[in-house]
Amino acid sequence: MDARITLIVNGQKTTVVTDPERPLLEVLREDLGVTGPKYGCGEGRCGACTVLMDGQRALSCSTPVGSANDKEITTIEGLADGDRLHPVQQAFLDEGAIQCGYCTPGMILSAVALLEENPRPTDEQIVEWMNGNICRCNGYEKILNAVRRAASQVKEVKRS
Amino acid sequence: MIEDTLEMAESPRPDTVKLNRRSFVQLLGTGLLITVTEGVTLGQGRRGGGGRSIAVAARIHINKDGTISVMTGKVEEGQGPRAQLSQAAAEELRVGVDRIRLIMSDTGLVPDDGITAGSRTTPSTVPAVRQGAATARKLLTDLAAKRWKVDPSTLTVSDGSIRNKAIDKTITYADLANSADVEEAFTQSVSSDIALTPVDEWKTMGTSVPRPNSRDIVTGAHKYPSDIVRPNMLYGKILRAPSYGATLESIDLSRAQAMKDVLVVRDGQFVGCAAPSAHTARLALEAVAATASWKTVPQVSSREVHAHLKRNSRGGRPRTKGSVEKAMSDSKKVLSETYEVAYVQHTPMEPRAAVAEWEDGKLTVWTGVDGPQRNQQSLASALGVPSDRVRVIVPDMGGGFGGKHTGEAAEEAARLARAFGRPVAVHWTRAEEFTWAYCRPAAVIECKGGLDAKGSIVAWDFASINPGGSAIDTPYSIPNTSILSAGSDSPLRQGSYRCLGATANNFAREAFMDELAAAAGADPLAFRLAHLENTRIRNVLEAVAKHFDWPRRRRQTTTDVGVGLACGTEKNSVVAACVQVRIDRRRARIKVEHVCEAFECGPIQNPANLLSQVQGCITMGLGPALHEQLQFADGKILNASFAGYLVPRFKDLPTLDIHLMNRTDIPSAGGGETPIIAIAPAIANAVFAATGKRVRSMPMEDALRRVV
Repeated sequence: MDARITLIVNGQKTTVVTDPERPLLEVLREDLGVTGPKYGCGEGRCGACTVLMDGQRALSCSTPVGSANDKEITTIEGLADGDRLHPVQQAFLDEGAIQCGYCTPGMILSAVALLEENPRPTDEQIVEWMNGNICRCNGYEKILNAVRRAASQVKEVKRS
Repeated sequence: MIEDTLEMAESPRPDTVKLNRRSFVQLLGTGLLITVTEGVTLGQGRRGGGGRSIAVAARIHINKDGTISVMTGKVEEGQGPRAQLSQAAAEELRVGVDRIRLIMSDTGLVPDDGITAGSRTTPSTVPAVRQGAATARKLLTDLAAKRWKVDPSTLTVSDGSIRNKAIDKTITYADLANSADVEEAFTQSVSSDIALTPVDEWKTMGTSVPRPNSRDIVTGAHKYPSDIVRPNMLYGKILRAPSYGATLESIDLSRAQAMKDVLVVRDGQFVGCAAPSAHTARLALEAVAATASWKTVPQVSSREVHAHLKRNSRGGRPRTKGSVEKAMSDSKKVLSETYEVAYVQHTPMEPRAAVAEWEDGKLTVWTGVDGPQRNQQSLASALGVPSDRVRVIVPDMGGGFGGKHTGEAAEEAARLARAFGRPVAVHWTRAEEFTWAYCRPAAVIECKGGLDAKGSIVAWDFASINPGGSAIDTPYSIPNTSILSAGSDSPLRQGSYRCLGATANNFAREAFMDELAAAAGADPLAFRLAHLENTRIRNVLEAVAKHFDWPRRRRQTTTDVGVGLACGTEKNSVVAACVQVRIDRRRARIKVEHVCEAFECGPIQNPANLLSQVQGCITMGLGPALHEQLQFADGKILNASFAGYLVPRFKDLPTLDIHLMNRTDIPSAGGGETPIIAIAPAIANAVFAATGKRVRSMPMEDALRRVV
């Protein structure tokens, strides 16, 4: 049975009437045209669909949209401040941490969630946190460098 | 059945494309009008440049705003051609790379540069684009010279401006773009013998130009094939057989037909549903699938697959040198071993995806395939329409690794779109990708070698069953050899994968070389060098041994920590790797802690991108070396998900110490494949160094479990 569900996507409040069992990922992509979150496995094992839900990392492919009612959803499209990229986005550019780029939105959002929770992660903590995100181009080395770079910049911002 | 083992890359079928002047200019923007003589052949021609040439206008378009559109049939899937081909054009046109707008992989707009495979972009397409750009520069310079009534050799070109020093005047490409004589000039063919910029004068090539659309990737603005949406579009789902070889005997479509907003079609074995959401389409398909009855046939399982491949080995005659039989019988020691490789999947992050739209009997598809022109032909033939009524557009896609030569999703979407009269998207699930995409061939490789009294290899017998013939020849100097590449009866659909059979063949050869070295009582490095005349391989092998500090690390081997090395050559590039592994005997785990790799592919065109490719090859190679394998029984894949099929993750990443060797006196070769071939054998050899046990099959953790 369809339900009325309110989502706040990248700051915009929107209402959808749909089956609450549908994955949040599909509602974002099909109903709202927000295609930054990607389908990779459909069971929360690759991280390509990662979004932030009320600031916390969430796997949108295995989140029923009904459970996202009234939640603030941030996707890759909502991360930059106008033309100014989020430090994690900028770090991915600066490190060239992109091959095909399909995993990139999920990688960036996972890293953002990490740095929100732990602005000074050790390498081990970064690896542990990011391990749920797969990159099949296997660009892990440069992605790690990007997260390290972003972490050092976030630290600087927080200090100043 | 070997699908596509290659290759493909070197023999594009040049298409005869009539460019519609109005639509072309609409698509490219205003500026130089393109007029291509009717019937002019588009495409770079065959490898070596001896093929048919194309009009400059089919490759280069000067825009009024000073930007330059460059057209190529190559596909961006993360390996870096968007930057590399932009650099190639910028270099020869003498403009900054930011002026280049690369238009890729759209059969309505671009020449056929052959399928994106076989590391052919660097040796074939880069030269083709450079020739096109250099010819355009020459034609533009000639026109300027004509205007000024001077000899073209008195003019200089930089930053898109042609300068006449004598009268202190310049004219830009954009100025010339408005003139009718440029339009006429660009109908000329690209010159295949035009001088290209020598390596030591490169300004843009040889530098680390980032991927031009990187910003769209990090902001989520880029639209991948699975992100494409068309007005009034439906989402389609296709009925899959429950097992390989099963045929549909009956099905009741009424349950789906009764569902709101659902369309369903059956055409023989093909059954598909479409709905305004993927969720509804999935529910509809599940409803009809529950009513299907199937006739199944017996299938080989992964437990018995190697015996099956060996039993069904067929075709191929060994290539021989000297007399292996006599040399074996004269040998002081003879070793004989068999190596095995499991089936693996490519699992690109973006599974197969397509949107198809019919309009006035013409089909347009947006999809992720390696060969847009090839896919155009196969779609036309599958759908029974002329190929000039099919347009294939490949947006930069989410990975391929040799696994997207075929366009199944495009054909499925086109069938549904035709049946329902609306655009339809078909996005494969991960399970579909694991189950129905072709995979990398499994292999059985039988090696036999004979050593003389001095410990030199005098006889070499190498029989490789099923993986294909890439890198099958030994690079070592051995007087008597017999080398066989045989086919077999593959129970799974198989095809290309990064570096093809070279990974399997190099695994067996380099692991067996280690066994021979041990039998000869020699150090693995010294043993290889003693048999190696190829200076390029020697150079990378010696470099990697030095950087890794091979002698010291080898002395420090313990029962838990071992080191191994391997080298190889394929696709005109050379690689060598040293690795250090740590063995967890209780859990039969192999942790690769450190990889040192040296790679040389001629003059490096984009160092940062080449580094990404080498890092990617090494890390990707860890998967099939250690864990990855498709398990199957009764025609079903038993581990068709990332839960059961373990690809490398952050935790698997070893310390990488990569040395890119820039050799400028030979032509550039591609670098996205060969760096994968040394990693597996180096690991096998390191496992032996630590444990004294040989692991002769990939994935090796399974093999280790059997021996420790």
